[in-house]
Amino acid sequence: MLDIKNLQVGLEEEDKQILKGVDLKIGEGEVHAIMGPNGSGKSTMSYVLAGKSGYKVTGGSATLYGDDLLDMAPEERAAAGLFLAFQYPVEIPGVGNMTFLRTAVNAQRKARGEPELTAGEFLKEVRTKAKSLKIDADMLKRPVNVGFSGGEKKRNEILQMAMLAPKMCILDETDSGLDVDAMKLVAEGVNALRDGKRSFLVITHYQRLLDHIKPDVVHIMADGKIIKSGGPELALEVENNGYADILAEVA
Amino acid sequence: MAVNNPKFDASEALLGAYSVPDGAKWALDARSLAAANLRRMGAPVKRDEYWKYTNPVGLTQVPAPKAALFEAGETPMFDAIDRLKLVFVDGVFDADQSDDLALSGLEIETLSDALSKDIHWAKDLFGVLETNGQTPVDRPLAALNTAVAQEGFVIKATGKVAKPVAIRYLHASDSSDAMVHHVIKVDAGASLTLLENGPGAARFNSVMEVDVLDGAEFHHIRTQGRDHQRRTATHMFGRLGAQSIFRSFTMTVNGILTRNESVLEFTGDDAKATVGGASAGDGRDFHHDDTVFVTHDSLNCESRQVFKKVLRNGATGVFQGKILVKADAQKTDGYQISQGLLLDDNSNFLAKPELEIYADDVICSHGSTVGAIDEDAIFYLLSRGVPKAQAEDMMILAFLGEAIDEIEDDALSANIHERLAEWMERRRG
Repeated sequence: MLDIKNLQVGLEEEDKQILKGVDLKIGEGEVHAIMGPNGSGKSTMSYVLAGKSGYKVTGGSATLYGDDLLDMAPEERAAAGLFLAFQYPVEIPGVGNMTFLRTAVNAQRKARGEPELTAGEFLKEVRTKAKSLKIDADMLKRPVNVGFSGGEKKRNEILQMAMLAPKMCILDETDSGLDVDAMKLVAEGVNALRDGKRSFLVITHYQRLLDHIKPDVVHIMADGKIIKSGGPELALEVENNGYADILAEVA
Repeated sequence: MAVNNPKFDASEALLGAYSVPDGAKWALDARSLAAANLRRMGAPVKRDEYWKYTNPVGLTQVPAPKAALFEAGETPMFDAIDRLKLVFVDGVFDADQSDDLALSGLEIETLSDALSKDIHWAKDLFGVLETNGQTPVDRPLAALNTAVAQEGFVIKATGKVAKPVAIRYLHASDSSDAMVHHVIKVDAGASLTLLENGPGAARFNSVMEVDVLDGAEFHHIRTQGRDHQRRTATHMFGRLGAQSIFRSFTMTVNGILTRNESVLEFTGDDAKATVGGASAGDGRDFHHDDTVFVTHDSLNCESRQVFKKVLRNGATGVFQGKILVKADAQKTDGYQISQGLLLDDNSNFLAKPELEIYADDVICSHGSTVGAIDEDAIFYLLSRGVPKAQAEDMMILAFLGEAIDEIEDDALSANIHERLAEWMERRRG
């Protein structure tokens, strides 16, 4: 479903290449993890796939179910089924969380030619899903992410993911800033969305998240490329030995 | 005597263009005083310090510039609210379209009726609060209004007024030049909500003198909407007694020229005032100016000024706000914020925030910011599937919402939010 071929990306404002030919193929229902040292390009890849401005694609391609992602506006990518859980969810003062969620859900439905949810339908769904993520009514009423703790922000990301029901979920360091209990809660939220069709790309620094969200494939990214891929045991190797061995082995 | 000074030529031309209505001697005296004040000050011109951001020529030229009519094609604002409805067409009261002038807790009569009576409580207010408000800054258009305005209401709230008084100003002629003057007294312990909406006329000059006595409350919500070519100058002079509450909010959308001046004076202790505004301007010919002057002359009073403007396609927004704290006004809490959100490089937000403080035990803060839409927030919304135009509108509504939330009444606040959202949606098409 997600097919990235030789993706090369630089910054728009300065002459700096960040992704230097990434190849990655994620099949239906699969969970892939990407690990790698700081600055290797993991977050950049997630942003480029979601359509953030400021980057320049200089080569390669990225398709979702055959559709050219790089040719679409960010909101079209979302409607096509791509979801990015942000490493740093953005605070939006003055926009209620509930209003935001409903606008997003209905905008996507509209873009796909599906009927919009009524206020009642939406409310019912959001309450059920919020409950399982331990998101209370107050958090739904407050402005988007404003005054949320780190854990609340990440849970709110998962709630959005659950409500939007995307085909391809990218989680950018969703475990950063979470304590053990919060990480479990987030992981449970993600696992609840695994249905054999939906695919996941989990970007993380730590193997611990992968204890909870079990990956099918683990990739190591360094200096803008995927340098090694393997099974879950690769994450354990990183956890025990760091990246030095792998980097040396490839070099 | 200076000759050929455009300020004085213009003030003479203005006084010559309107006739002075007949009335009781006290009323005529007040009108003469106002005319003399205008002659002394001269009409406003661009080189006046107080008009440096707003060219007053469209407000002073004789005859008034024309303004094509605008068909909004929507339910008028406040229509769904239970209220006493008063309608002015091109600045002239239209009794047929209005409700009967009767409401529990309220005495109301037309300006011309009140000003023709030899004995009337309005004698102590008509032109009086306006004249007080001419110091230390000249407000010549208000003096002109006192000198010649025939239309308006004299209103006294004697208790908790059962429902809001809602004045609708309709614009029906492309060359109308309206002068409206209201005198309002909220008796001790009484409360009144006044709603105003509509463009008013091709050119609309209004003055409102509001005396809020001890422990009284005055709430004012106004919308000046969507009539592209109109010009408006409004002045609100408020005097606050002890423990009184004064709240005023204005939403302005479109209009070639709008100058809203609010002049408030605290004369009793422990009173609170809020003046706020939200405006949205689109196009090079949009110019909107909020000018506020708050004088603290009593103990432990609180004032808030909250103004937000969204500007695009070359629109201009102006804020001039001052808090003056006199030497005896200890424990004053003064707050002022003005913010401009520019949607492109062609639009302008001009702000002159001022504090002048002579008391030493006060809290006063002011801030003014200008900026673009937060791109990270926009990307966040886009990444959730919200289309760009809608995402921008969400951010605009959120920005203006902070000013709209200053309205205390939740239903009225929601009313304004909804109307603004409708306008945004219609604009997106």
